[in-house]
Amino acid sequence: MTTGGAAKSRSEALLQSVRSSSWSTRLSAVVIVAVLALLLSQALQEPGQFASQLVIGITNGAIIALIALGYTLVYGIIELINFAHGDNFMIGSFVGITVLSGTFVGLQFFAPITGDGGTLINIVGVLIALVVAMAACGLIGVGIERVAYKPLRNSPRLAVLITAIGMSFILQNIGLIWKGPAQVPFPELISSANILPGEAVIFRWKDLFVIAVTVPLLVGLSYFISNTRQGKAMRAVAQDKEAASMMGINVNRTISITFLLGGILAGASGVMYGLFNGITVFNVGFTQGLYAFTAAVLGGIGNLSGAVVGGFLIGIIGSMADQYIGVRWTSIVIFAVLILVLVFRPRGLLGDRSAVQGGGE
Amino acid sequence: MHSYYGSIHALRGVSLTVEEGEVVTLIGSNGAGKTTTLRSINGVLPARRGKVIFDGEEIQGVPAHDMIKKGIAQSPEGRKIFPRMTVRENLEMGAYHRNDRDGIRRDMDRVFELFPRLQERIKQEAGTMSGGEQQMLAIGRALMSSPKLLLLDEPSMGLAPVLVERIFDIIKEINQQGTTILLVEQNANVALEIATRGYVLESGSIVNAAPAEKLRQDPKVREAYLGEI
Repeated sequence: MTTGGAAKSRSEALLQSVRSSSWSTRLSAVVIVAVLALLLSQALQEPGQFASQLVIGITNGAIIALIALGYTLVYGIIELINFAHGDNFMIGSFVGITVLSGTFVGLQFFAPITGDGGTLINIVGVLIALVVAMAACGLIGVGIERVAYKPLRNSPRLAVLITAIGMSFILQNIGLIWKGPAQVPFPELISSANILPGEAVIFRWKDLFVIAVTVPLLVGLSYFISNTRQGKAMRAVAQDKEAASMMGINVNRTISITFLLGGILAGASGVMYGLFNGITVFNVGFTQGLYAFTAAVLGGIGNLSGAVVGGFLIGIIGSMADQYIGVRWTSIVIFAVLILVLVFRPRGLLGDRSAVQGGGE
Repeated sequence: MHSYYGSIHALRGVSLTVEEGEVVTLIGSNGAGKTTTLRSINGVLPARRGKVIFDGEEIQGVPAHDMIKKGIAQSPEGRKIFPRMTVRENLEMGAYHRNDRDGIRRDMDRVFELFPRLQERIKQEAGTMSGGEQQMLAIGRALMSSPKLLLLDEPSMGLAPVLVERIFDIIKEINQQGTTILLVEQNANVALEIATRGYVLESGSIVNAAPAEKLRQDPKVREAYLGEI
């Protein structure tokens, strides 16, 4: 009897919330349900294809999520959209291919790692490329902040934003001079062979590689932010800079560390992007950066879990659009999602943290 | 001490001393420069001219984040607690610069003794607490650095009279336990009650300095700050 009553009141509450919802919420609910229903019907018709596409979406999403974290970390702490961040990702992929090629500024340090040398050399090569790119991008992030943003700490926000766009162009052109306008191929160091038996669902070693790199990075970041002294200092600075400095926290150093973290994640993401897609190009940071920015806004900018959720969602939406709508439409679909989020839920799916964290004087 | 906000001359030659063990209060109306004085002392807004001498050492120009190591802690105006951190984390941030675990634990126990309410709320997000509890947390957080000098900026702001009385009782107790206090207050009544000496600040200058008891008798102070005609 009581459970019946509870169920009844719950359904009444649901009915009430539907009645009180705005027309825009109803419309978006209808659209989302319709899209999900279409996807479900596709999934039922060809479950193998759907699952394979989902895997690709998750892998792409992981790469995007790592970049999105950089946007959101920096926004959370100084309320700046660091437009140079996507290009830092591009530099990461260039550093990765440079390490793998063994040649830098015309000097050959070791033979290029092409994938013919056996699994062990491949693994070691990839790990070194990852570590070097992470270090390089971390330092570039810190350097950009020192040179371009720190002198403008007390300027109007627009000045810093335009500087960020300027830094983005500078990095892009450095990439252009460095590797030229053509696509740069990556050696196939990680097998595209399917791990799973049969052809039904495709889950390649490449996919596993991306997930195996991303998950520890996410776990590590989350541990760093919530448990370490420096991570707590970061949260304190994000919430109230003046109070943080009264607690003895060096605010400038904490901001530098935030840029370092963002850069490290972008570096790892850049190398994975190259290895996963087999190519990189000087303006890849622009497109991937925009996707990642979209992901950060979708999840709620300034919110770390939001960036991860948004990254995976954008990855999956992209891969589903590739398969079921057409590759040419993918960008349109993704940016339509961005526009819809900005219109109907400007604070993002999980809510932005800027108003609370960066608020105050 | 002369301080500026941009080109605005906010402090026009403020000079004050706080002796060890005292409670000194700085009273004055809105915009008189009380908070600016504290910001000049703690390095958030370094004075353009003048000196800050603490424990015989000139400390003007020391960055704000190093002041706490010198032994100066502050409970700022508007409390400025970290809203999305728990009470415990807020208190831990107060001891950010320290490494002595036992000492930190002792000081946390001391804070809980002074403010039992904080212990009840230890896992709560600070931003969800009431104004009075947040004020307790701000003072507790400042005490976590075990400071020699505690700067209190408007601890009565926005609190019900009963709570103000309780907070000021506790401030008195903190002082009796050996912490020197510089108290900035608009509520001159309660401030002069617990202070040993007081300064009256008007448009960036000190216009009166006397023992608290004397200030309370002063007809001008009574008229301007104690709400009596």
